[in-house]
Amino acid sequence: MSKLVLRNLGMTYGSVKAVEGVNLTLIPGEFVSLLGPSGCGKTTTLRMIAGFMKPTAGTIELDGTVISSPEATVPPERRRMSMIFQSYAIWPNMTVGENVAFGLKLRKLAAGEISRRLGQILDVVKLEALKDRYPSELSGGQQQRVALARAMVIEPEVLLLDEPLSNLDANLREEMRSEIRRLHDEFHITTVYVTHDQSEAMAVSDRIAVMNKGRIEQVDAPYTLYARPRTRFVAGFIGRTNFIEGRREGGELRFDGFGIDARRLDGLPANMATAVLSVRPQTLRLRKSPLGETADAVQVSGSIVERSFLGEHWDYVFQPASGALRIKVATQPGEVFETGANVWLSIDPAQMVVIS
Amino acid sequence: MVTKDLESSVPASALKPMRARRFDVLILLWLALAAILAFLVINPLARLLLASLESPDTGAYTLANYVAAYGRPRHLQALWNSMLLGAGVTALCLAFAVPIAWAVSRTNMPAKNLVRLLVMGAFVTPPYLGAVGWILLAGPNSGWINRVWQMLTGASEGVFNIYSFPGLALIIALYSFPYLFIFTTAALDVVSSEMEDAANILGAGTLKTTFKVTLPLVLPAILGGAIVTFLEAIALFGSPALIAIPARFNVVTTQLLQFFSVPVRAEVAAAYALPLLLITVALYWLQQRLVRRKGFVTMTGKGGERRLIELGLGRWLLLGYALIVLSLSVVLPYLVLAQAAFSKAWGRGFSLDNLTLGNFTFLMFEHFTARQSIINSFAYAAAAACLAITLALGIAYIVQRRLVPFAGVLSFLAMAPFVVPGIVLAIAFYAAYAPPPFALYGTATILILAFTTRFLPIGFANASAAMRSINPELEEAVRIQGGGRLASIRYVVAPMMKRSLIGAWLLVFIPATRELSTAMFLYGPDTRPMSVMLLDLSEEGNFERLAALGFMLLAATLLIVVGASLLLGRDFMMRRNAT
Repeated sequence: MSKLVLRNLGMTYGSVKAVEGVNLTLIPGEFVSLLGPSGCGKTTTLRMIAGFMKPTAGTIELDGTVISSPEATVPPERRRMSMIFQSYAIWPNMTVGENVAFGLKLRKLAAGEISRRLGQILDVVKLEALKDRYPSELSGGQQQRVALARAMVIEPEVLLLDEPLSNLDANLREEMRSEIRRLHDEFHITTVYVTHDQSEAMAVSDRIAVMNKGRIEQVDAPYTLYARPRTRFVAGFIGRTNFIEGRREGGELRFDGFGIDARRLDGLPANMATAVLSVRPQTLRLRKSPLGETADAVQVSGSIVERSFLGEHWDYVFQPASGALRIKVATQPGEVFETGANVWLSIDPAQMVVIS
Repeated sequence: MVTKDLESSVPASALKPMRARRFDVLILLWLALAAILAFLVINPLARLLLASLESPDTGAYTLANYVAAYGRPRHLQALWNSMLLGAGVTALCLAFAVPIAWAVSRTNMPAKNLVRLLVMGAFVTPPYLGAVGWILLAGPNSGWINRVWQMLTGASEGVFNIYSFPGLALIIALYSFPYLFIFTTAALDVVSSEMEDAANILGAGTLKTTFKVTLPLVLPAILGGAIVTFLEAIALFGSPALIAIPARFNVVTTQLLQFFSVPVRAEVAAAYALPLLLITVALYWLQQRLVRRKGFVTMTGKGGERRLIELGLGRWLLLGYALIVLSLSVVLPYLVLAQAAFSKAWGRGFSLDNLTLGNFTFLMFEHFTARQSIINSFAYAAAAACLAITLALGIAYIVQRRLVPFAGVLSFLAMAPFVVPGIVLAIAFYAAYAPPPFALYGTATILILAFTTRFLPIGFANASAAMRSINPELEEAVRIQGGGRLASIRYVVAPMMKRSLIGAWLLVFIPATRELSTAMFLYGPDTRPMSVMLLDLSEEGNFERLAALGFMLLAATLLIVVGASLLLGRDFMMRRNAT
């Protein structure tokens, strides 16, 4: 059974379509990220799920009940959801304990029950010592934990997170993102997570919905998204890549400077004269001499036209001997080639993805 | 294990059921606020316009009221006098405020706190009370300054007669310049020292830098402040009533008073007031344009590092100038008012056998309306402040959160009374609510509503600023946790805004306790406020009792201001957004 369903969801401001035709289904306990550049509609989508905005098209269903439609919406306070905001939105006039217990008080739990649950959740997020502090006395990471505890303690049907890590520095961000995943693994709350940071999304999510210009481009598990991007946008947004355009000539797909047997390329539409392929710099190899034709690699002769050393890897730009293509290649720090050197590039056709 | 415990899940039954809503209840709040604003703002102004175009007897449309209002040369002369007065007051205010503001904001002048304190003293002094002080100081023969002059020089005439056009301009300027001071210091405070350093490094000296760089940068703010000063001066009623009427010349506001003396010709007053309203609206529009022009980068935010200009002997000269201005404005008038309040006869001067508390006991226990008028003033001001802040909060909430379409209409209406001179507002309220079916003339209700309207913009500007400082996510966090809008206001918005709302309440309450021009045409025998009482006492010529009443008003105000400053921070009244 599905927990949360977005059906053909749309949001239009005047003539601007902020969100359009979004379809997404979450199974209970699933952790899905909405990933995309700023202005792609991910936050708008999240705020519609929360009930802060009424959609102009489509519906949102929770456990089979429609909670949002252009005609009527359930207000946020009745959705039994919970949310972590970009600013954390910790109430500055309440202590840590009062902040976290607030939702429980609204649910009119007995005082003893409230303090028991409060103690439990503060223990989980390691804040028991700070219970009586005010938010202004907390560090960014501690505030984030308060926000997490406050959102989890009421055991929401759905947990929403709006760029929760964007205000933290790099180290803390990594720590908090494993914290978020740890809490999810512990409580299995269905979660929608909005971010523009692809590594963050990949680290925490079961599935990622990549959004662009108000639409979902692709929804998949992180590895699939990386290895098998379906659109040019997804391929470019998740990691770095080369886009190369080929033309079908007989049984071969001909690129500027080399060709590959069309049968070795998965998903190449038979009736298409040209195609764009994405190939990741990390999947390419450079060698001083050819390997000889093997089952899993195509060899191309050419030269290094640019290089830069980035510490953990080299970035080379390779150009085929008989063409003008520029292909980015990333190699281990030990694989050193001079600019202008003649080298062989080996490409594994299985790593090339046809972009629709 | 935690997971196991949590399986006995939190009961959602305490939350309201998941029922979808078609309408946001805020629409109802919007409608209610719009209705209230229509009552307080739109209807009176519309009635003012209609009254000016109607024959009072037949109700037919006519221009006769305008002919009556502007057909006489002396009525036109009054209008011209007001313009001259406004110009004179503005020139004096510029001369007072700009050097002092520059000295306080940009130089190492000593005793800045004292200067700020005295400027604040001038700011909270009701202008008509200052005028009374100046009558004691510079009345033609008996005023202290003239008596000292005659004593020193043996002259038979005094040196300065306050009952004159320059006298009126001076006493208005002495209590209006704090506005310009606040505008100018606010602008100077954000001019970066780097701007001045850049001029210095190119070879400009301190003076040249000040006149070629610093002052031009804040010129829009100064001009904006000058326009506000001009408008304050022409809208003022109390000081002209005290000075111009005995001096036998008229300005617009005293002329309006004459239309209201028996037989009351409210329709002529309405016709006479409308051009004043139009001038005000036009000039405020100009002022907004001047201040909003963003060509001056330094005006838009923090100015970077600031350093004070080191003046040598000049700093003592500046301090001397500031203290002279502030003595004229605060020290001397307060001194003579205090002397009069505790004297049997103020002309007998400072001597022990002249001391008495009789003026106070007379006012509190013997005079048949004085005590009531004190109670009235504070009660009406408190009621108006509560109403204005409640309204302002509701409007600010809707406007800032943009929750309802057309929220901007509300903010426009809430700010509109800012451009309506108090005396014009009084005529508008008279036109709208004196006749049946409301028949509110002379009631406490009409005074409280008129005060509420008059000071609503102050409340709204402050409430909006406070609301802006609260991240909307703090409220959304309440709602997603299961609390409604009321819960978010009760548990988060209200506690967080408490301090600024107390400040805003005082900023309405304090001017409302001394409001004169709005009350002038609306009070009745039992609802006379203190300000009107003061004016009546001055007509009786009883300056000792008048001073005693003024003394009580000032003492109460000072107590409140000092208390609030301790509670809310020293500068709560002088912040830029408060004006």
